[in-house]
Amino acid sequence: MSTKTLNSSTSFAQAAQKKRGIALPFTKGQVGMVCYLLFVLVPIYWLLNMSFKTNQEILGGLSLFPQNFTLDNYRVIFTDPTWYNGYLNSIYYVSLNTVISLLVALPAAYAFSRYKFVGDKHLFFWLLTNRMSPPAVFLLPFFQLYSSVGLFDTHIAVALAHCLFNVPLAVWILEGFMSGVPKEIDETAYIDGYSFPHFFGKIFLPMIRSGIGVTAFFCFMFSWVELLLARTLTSIDAKPIGAVMTRTITASGVDWGVLAAAGCLTIVPGVLVIWFVRNHVAKGFALGRV
Amino acid sequence: MNKVENNKAWFLVLPVFLLVAFSAVVPLMTVVNYSVQDIFDASNRYFVGVEWFKEVLRDPRLHDSLIRQFIFSFCVLLIEVPLGICVALMMPKEGRWSALCLILLAIPLLIPWNVVGTIWQIFGRADIGLMGYSLNAIGIDYNYAGNSGDAWATVLLMDVWHWTSLIALLCYSGLRAIPDAYYQAARIDRASGWAIFRYIQLPKLQSVLLIGILLRFMDSFMIYTEPFVLTGGGPGNSTTFLSQTLTTMAIGQFDLGRAGAFSLIYFLIILLVSWLLYTAMTHVEKGE
Repeated sequence: MSTKTLNSSTSFAQAAQKKRGIALPFTKGQVGMVCYLLFVLVPIYWLLNMSFKTNQEILGGLSLFPQNFTLDNYRVIFTDPTWYNGYLNSIYYVSLNTVISLLVALPAAYAFSRYKFVGDKHLFFWLLTNRMSPPAVFLLPFFQLYSSVGLFDTHIAVALAHCLFNVPLAVWILEGFMSGVPKEIDETAYIDGYSFPHFFGKIFLPMIRSGIGVTAFFCFMFSWVELLLARTLTSIDAKPIGAVMTRTITASGVDWGVLAAAGCLTIVPGVLVIWFVRNHVAKGFALGRV
Repeated sequence: MNKVENNKAWFLVLPVFLLVAFSAVVPLMTVVNYSVQDIFDASNRYFVGVEWFKEVLRDPRLHDSLIRQFIFSFCVLLIEVPLGICVALMMPKEGRWSALCLILLAIPLLIPWNVVGTIWQIFGRADIGLMGYSLNAIGIDYNYAGNSGDAWATVLLMDVWHWTSLIALLCYSGLRAIPDAYYQAARIDRASGWAIFRYIQLPKLQSVLLIGILLRFMDSFMIYTEPFVLTGGGPGNSTTFLSQTLTTMAIGQFDLGRAGAFSLIYFLIILLVSWLLYTAMTHVEKGE
């Protein structure tokens, strides 16, 4: 499709409009796109702007740029253990969750994409229902379940609880990617004498590595953005950053600068990893069905 | 793809089955257990049958938040789906601008939900927020903490900001799958822009749109963290949605029986609507 002469900034709307020969320096589509991106970015910019200001300046008046540029808010976070431990806790349980989800979802997704078995369709929909269940419903039972098995306030508790929505998601995305691999490859490998584990590890997994990357990204992301369960299942040792952020509200008011800085730092991991999966993001959001 | 019939595949599914059974079935059974008993403490519990369900179904709190919830989810879909399609149509087709747009669009989706609430809490404040300040400066009396209309508008705007990108990204990947030959044929037929959209682009978007609507419905129906941080459900109860009503009931008042019954009804509503959408989705997939 790239053989066409459409230049790189042609939009879909423009492709539709092109034949009418509208000759403006900017098309309506480009202007609209810039407006929407501004709408997306301005609130984030405002947070970033605030994180470089002192509290006096924030409360003193509105300014589009920090007048007295300061890194003090970030210094607070990087030197106070309760703050940076919040980040470490979050990263720890999120990584744990990603690994668990991938490990159990890979064989299951293979089974769903290759075989028919008793109850497969029902099982698949049942998995999806877990993606639909509101975390609020599971709040109290989770709390009691993990307390009774002695896992309350551990990273593994949050990682397991997040499996509730991440495992179904991982199965769905991986199934989508695996169904794209022709079945003949499996058959040829078995004829060549490969055993299932050997084939799965040596041939099949490398073939869907982009799918695995995307799945890992989505597990990481959905576990990273969730707070309700993470906050309920932890108290001190495994407290996530989202719960630590409530510390900024003290008797003397809100420490806006530190709150803004903490917020900005939570955006960083997502922005760092999105670059690697930019071409597959939509497929992941569509649960592997585009 | 033709699938082989093989029941041994169950062994591959077993780990998922056990894990999800542990983290979903056990808690769900606990909820069922709560919902049919009146619990005073560990040793004082009485079986009460469907009494809690009867009571919850008559509870005005449930009615109010259910109505609010449906209005909210409906508004969200009504705004985000058309806007998302427009954004996808405006996106550059290929090249580095499209990569940049993709990444910028995806940013709101990657922000922790409590931070989304915080961003809008700050952005909307009349004293330190750009939006609140500007609106008041041009003479609109805007205060999301005091006026329920403003609170509603802010929560909606926040959700549009947060999730429209999802629809846009889905539609964008749907649009990319349309072969160029379709557009050439349309050009030869001198089809108008609207005709191209209506008869080429929209039909091809059907399946991704259904997924988008399904996801947006489910997630907006479970929304909790963002409005909780932004407005705390207020002013009054004007932005208290189902999840928050439930959480207050379960954690705040520790009213286990009522919360259990409420949870099951809540879950069933989501399940029912999602099942309808899911069935529609699989039919569309089969149709193509």
